[in-house]
Amino acid sequence: MLFLNPLWLSHFTATSCIGRGLQATLAALREQRSGLAPCAFDTVDLNTCIGEVCGIDEVRIPARLLDFDCRNNRLALLGLMQDGFAGAVATATEKYGAGRVGVIIGTSTSGILQTEMAYRRLDPASGAFPPDFVYGSTHNTFSVADFTRQFLGLSGPAAVVSSACSSSAKVFASARRMIAAGLIDAAVVGGVDSLCLTTLYGFNSLGLTSPQACRPFDLARDGISIGEAAAFALLERMPRQVDENAVLLLGVGESSDAHHMSAPHPDGLGARVAMREALKMAALNVADIDYINLHGTATPSNDAAESKAVSALFGPLTPCSSTKGATGHTLGAAGGVEAVICALALQHGLMPAGLNLQRLDPALGVNYLQENRQQAVRRVLSNSFGFGGTNCSLVFGLAG
Amino acid sequence: MHSATPAQSLTVFVEGIGLLGPGLSSWPEGRRQLDGSLPYQAARCVLPLPMALPAAERRRAGAVVKVSLAVGQEAVEASGLPAAGLPSVFTSSSGDAINCHEICRALASSDRLISPTRFHNSVHNASSGYWSISSGSMASSSVLCARDASFAAGLLEAMTQVAVEQTAVLLVAYDTDYPEPLYSVRPLPDTFGAGLVLAPRCSERSLARWTLDLVACFGGTAADRLDDDALELVRSSIPAARCLPLLHSVANQVAGEVVLDYLEGLQLAVQVSPCR
Repeated sequence: MLFLNPLWLSHFTATSCIGRGLQATLAALREQRSGLAPCAFDTVDLNTCIGEVCGIDEVRIPARLLDFDCRNNRLALLGLMQDGFAGAVATATEKYGAGRVGVIIGTSTSGILQTEMAYRRLDPASGAFPPDFVYGSTHNTFSVADFTRQFLGLSGPAAVVSSACSSSAKVFASARRMIAAGLIDAAVVGGVDSLCLTTLYGFNSLGLTSPQACRPFDLARDGISIGEAAAFALLERMPRQVDENAVLLLGVGESSDAHHMSAPHPDGLGARVAMREALKMAALNVADIDYINLHGTATPSNDAAESKAVSALFGPLTPCSSTKGATGHTLGAAGGVEAVICALALQHGLMPAGLNLQRLDPALGVNYLQENRQQAVRRVLSNSFGFGGTNCSLVFGLAG
Repeated sequence: MHSATPAQSLTVFVEGIGLLGPGLSSWPEGRRQLDGSLPYQAARCVLPLPMALPAAERRRAGAVVKVSLAVGQEAVEASGLPAAGLPSVFTSSSGDAINCHEICRALASSDRLISPTRFHNSVHNASSGYWSISSGSMASSSVLCARDASFAAGLLEAMTQVAVEQTAVLLVAYDTDYPEPLYSVRPLPDTFGAGLVLAPRCSERSLARWTLDLVACFGGTAADRLDDDALELVRSSIPAARCLPLLHSVANQVAGEVVLDYLEGLQLAVQVSPCR
């Protein structure tokens, strides 16, 4: 394993149910405000809460890219327009060339909602799709990276990473390797996942959706609240001089559980390997980590397994929390959203509390934050795990 | 630490190949079909049962799992490397379309209850998850999609991983056929899978050496086609089969350049040479 030459998150942004862009996201975290609400999405008749991003229906895809028009790409566009992100990519493109900036985006369901809706409109006689249905640039898993690349005018390598709920953490791993190998000089990474019936009814079929706003690490936690989000970061090699408040990617760790398709290893073995590998690449000790942003989905099994993995590696003292009580579980976008929350934690000295907690589960032996903590934060770790037993941990730190 | 000035090229050695597709039953047979010593005859792809999976998982496995496990196992066995330590890259132009069709049909009906197994099989990384369970590998697994560019995207991911981490990597590229009405918008006619074990150093098992020139590997030259019309139809109709020109170069022990379909207006050129 090679140590990581740190990569610089020269720009980043997140849009979720707690707000559009960094300022709104930071304000919500400071106010410990959740964006979760009872589900009134589309025709869904489930008793659950969701984290819906307002105003997606009003987003207009540019005419030249109209074939990409679907909820997921509208959300991607909404995200790209925040915090001057698209403009920052344009500046990087001028510097490196459009072919030297890669696009690697995580998503689990991309624009599948478009297909779900088309199935309601099949021709009753022939069973054919309605003529206005476009599959390739909406439903296909790659659609969101293709759209992002074309919208930003990039012409380098591109891919979607789709490993369920670790997707947009693992984009950092793929981009790091491409930059280290010299194939590209910079990468637009991120995650975009939007509400659809497949995930709402699917997680419900597994008994994994909560009727309430999700309560990570609570004694009575009973499942996830599905959210949607778009988060992006521009990754570049670290320049010779960089602001001391600059956020760096210091380490990435990846593993597989080799255990079960939809349940984590009960002792969090794979999770522990991912965290250990991320620390190793960052050449940091557990004591160097000031805060852990947990995967913390609020399912009984995830939080139990993750806390075992965290306490086995870190002991009981490292402050940690899940921010999914605020954003919901944004699935393929979760790693990206939580990377941005980690960047905000570093730059603003804010360890965000876990929300919706009534009684902390005493069996989970970690230092779970029930209130925000305002103090210097220099190194953080973020966990993202997913179906199929896929695990990814990221270590971020301040340059100064 | 990797050097601040990266090398000018990426090189990997092909240590094992697995192959399954329409009229293609294995690499030893496919190799002879590709070098012309055995005539290729188009036929439906025959999927083996994934015997490496525990019985419960085997019952739940769809075509994507069957094809990816079969070619992954064939490639790893040929490489002689232990499966448990190999990082993997899985790439597919989309997930299990039959499963997707059943879910969308249920969601459009008055009874929207879908089975938990259908749902967890719907994730794009289902084959990666089943591979990890069957092989016992806790190593990292990257799961990619780049629509018609998925093979080249997976090859790039695997080659960068081999070069940067200095580890052998299993690459599995696969696609399965589409049912109607999805077939009408995504006409994938059959199942195809290829498994490749790529390593950073040459061994006595190495079949070929593949190199990407970091400056010149991306270009606009048209992708190579296959002379055999029936095999060319497989290549052009199933995205995972866009790897066939590379496999053709291995079978024929070609030294030179193979150009693969990648993104629109951007092809991937691989310098190839035989190892024996």
